[in-house]
Amino acid sequence: MYDIIKHRRWYYIFSTLIIVPGLLIMLYSMLTIGTPFRLSIDFTGGSLWELRFSEPVAPGEMVEFFHSQGISDANVHTIGDENTLVIRTKEITPEEKVALMSAMEKQFGEKPEELQFRAVGPTVGKEVTRTAFIAVIMASLVILGFIIWAFRQVDHPFRYGVSAIIAMIHDVLVASAFFSLMGFISGWEVDALFLTALLTVIGFSVQDTIVVFDRIRENSRRRKGESFEVIANRSLLETVQRSVATQINAMFVMIALLLFGGVTIRQFIATMFIGMLSGTYSSIFIATPLLVSWQNHEGVFGWFHRDKKKSQSKKAATA
Amino acid sequence: MQSRNNIILVILIILVALATYIALPIDHFDWFKKMVAPHQDGPQALTLRLGLDLQGGTQIQLEPDLPSGQKATDEQLDLARAIIERRVNGLGVNESLVQTGKDRIIVALPGVDDPDAAIETLRGTGQLEFVDLGDNPERLGAGDEINTSNGPAENPTTDTVYETVMTGDKLKNVDVRRDPNTQKPYIAFELTPEGSKIFGEYSGKNIGKFLAIVMDKTILSAPVIQAKITDAGQITGNFTLDEAQNLAIQMKYGALPVPLKVVDVRTVGPSLGEDSVRRSLLAGTIGIIVVLLFMLAFYRLPGFLADLALLSFVSFNIALYKIIPVVLTLPGIAGFLLTTGTAVDANILIFERMREELRAGRSLPSAVEAGFSRAWTSILDSNLSTILTGLILLYFGSNFGASVVQGFAITLIIGVLVSMFTAVFATRTFMRFIIQYFAEPLKDKLSWFSV
Repeated sequence: MYDIIKHRRWYYIFSTLIIVPGLLIMLYSMLTIGTPFRLSIDFTGGSLWELRFSEPVAPGEMVEFFHSQGISDANVHTIGDENTLVIRTKEITPEEKVALMSAMEKQFGEKPEELQFRAVGPTVGKEVTRTAFIAVIMASLVILGFIIWAFRQVDHPFRYGVSAIIAMIHDVLVASAFFSLMGFISGWEVDALFLTALLTVIGFSVQDTIVVFDRIRENSRRRKGESFEVIANRSLLETVQRSVATQINAMFVMIALLLFGGVTIRQFIATMFIGMLSGTYSSIFIATPLLVSWQNHEGVFGWFHRDKKKSQSKKAATA
Repeated sequence: MQSRNNIILVILIILVALATYIALPIDHFDWFKKMVAPHQDGPQALTLRLGLDLQGGTQIQLEPDLPSGQKATDEQLDLARAIIERRVNGLGVNESLVQTGKDRIIVALPGVDDPDAAIETLRGTGQLEFVDLGDNPERLGAGDEINTSNGPAENPTTDTVYETVMTGDKLKNVDVRRDPNTQKPYIAFELTPEGSKIFGEYSGKNIGKFLAIVMDKTILSAPVIQAKITDAGQITGNFTLDEAQNLAIQMKYGALPVPLKVVDVRTVGPSLGEDSVRRSLLAGTIGIIVVLLFMLAFYRLPGFLADLALLSFVSFNIALYKIIPVVLTLPGIAGFLLTTGTAVDANILIFERMREELRAGRSLPSAVEAGFSRAWTSILDSNLSTILTGLILLYFGSNFGASVVQGFAITLIIGVLVSMFTAVFATRTFMRFIIQYFAEPLKDKLSWFSV
């Protein structure tokens, strides 16, 4: 039987090598722009305008136009082709918008097609930030509670819950770091959909972990003579094909959405894609090894157990 | 047991056929619409509803614009909502929606041609008119909509066009007072000099005739002219103090009991919406076809049955969207497609289990049953965690980005629930049917089960 669990230190190191640079990117982002990600107007308030002209319009020209209209903070870039501009500014009121549109018609000689417009007031932005925070915390707590409840019949259900949550945080960090990095590379901004992606990653990450834990629960009952490490390893091997098959299927759907789906949800899908990839990895290489490390009181987990001898003798008795 | 499975299979096939019929983009029979979706009516019944991001349109959130520290009362907000709703109806936008939530009024205008003009109409002070009803032969009263010489109404009660005497901009002041003798409330109003001239002339000639006070073409009140009115007048009637105050507020502020400001606008142009629909459809079709092929290649015969289950999964979902009804958004479609993954995952869990049992030397029928029963706890536990996440998204979704997040959460939850039905129950029924009639010939063909 191949021993996955044995190499757990390497998995911890591998994940650290991914997550630490990720945290550094977010830290760098904190230092340069004040937040770990670029925030969209959903959080900061402001306006976003996507306009399509029949001929190419230089972003600089548009910035100048907004400046002449008394809006000095316009940030303009093209999207898709050179005819389509995305303009981000402070919040534009409906009256200002009508005035801007007619002035634009005069300046550029045509009325551009309005693909999208979004305006968010500052109070709405603050509220969104707050509820988003609460939602992520709530989701984590509910899931922790759920796992402790679902595994209430095994020894140490709390350990299952915490291991699953650590794996989940692992995935959230990976997805967040990816997003933060893309913020630097392609200017991605966190919006309501990013949060949705994160919460979905949380849900699916735990789903993968539960399937493995479920098998451990079942095997613990059926194979009382084996050590926990062997049981955990067996459970991993028995579920690994399912994890891979399921992941491949989810990847098909998400790749199809990435390649052919709407532009507006591309960042959403990409974040989910990275998060879920990490979710499958962490359910095999983080959650279950952590459970074993904890059961064996290795490293950090040993610190909590001064009565190590007692529990070890207990383990010997069950073995 | 065996005949029971056959009965279940027949019921299942009927259900799938029904769901597929509902899911088809055709105009269903009226009696069928009434039977399947009695809570829906009109031409919208049993059609797939698309959100603003897919069909284009505008969503606006309005908030009372009051000095800090002051808050609008629920009554004020409700009244404002009712007035906004009337104006929205006046715009003639199909499927428009006005809701209040968290001190805000949320207006959705799908497919509106000129969003800026629409916002203007919503926020503008309503148009107040004094309209000559003559002897009121049609017995019009509060709540009726009429055409006036100033412009036609959206849904007039009668076809008659009544003469507008004066518009609301010639009012100087409006107040509620009580009759010192009877304590009955009445509305007192003052007119501008120009208004005095018009109104004095008209009222002097029409004593005993009916005069309608009309807001946005809807009659608020239709009192009888008692005397010639020049610079100031009163409206008496059988109203309570609250009613009188509401009427006075509407006359004074043009309609809205509190001034409103726009705090959130989301507009999607129709061409972007169309593009999104086309792309989602393509992405969804390709994604599902690849998954179907994968299952067939990987799990052979059970994979084929899972494919049938997945196709019915698609039908059931679309049918439910139409029956409930669910407004489909772009993230909503993504949520649905993700749950096709969940549906297939349940089948994968079952088939892997089945394969293990077959390898362990179990007979085909008992391996099949064991596969389903052993995989069930994993499926249930893992799906519950997704549903919990979905519920949290649904709860908080009303706060961030409004419909965007909720649309995703709803299709995610529905998809997970339906997947448990199709991937577990339907696949098992198909499987039992096969085992029942083909267990013997299949015994030597375990490769069909990818063992």
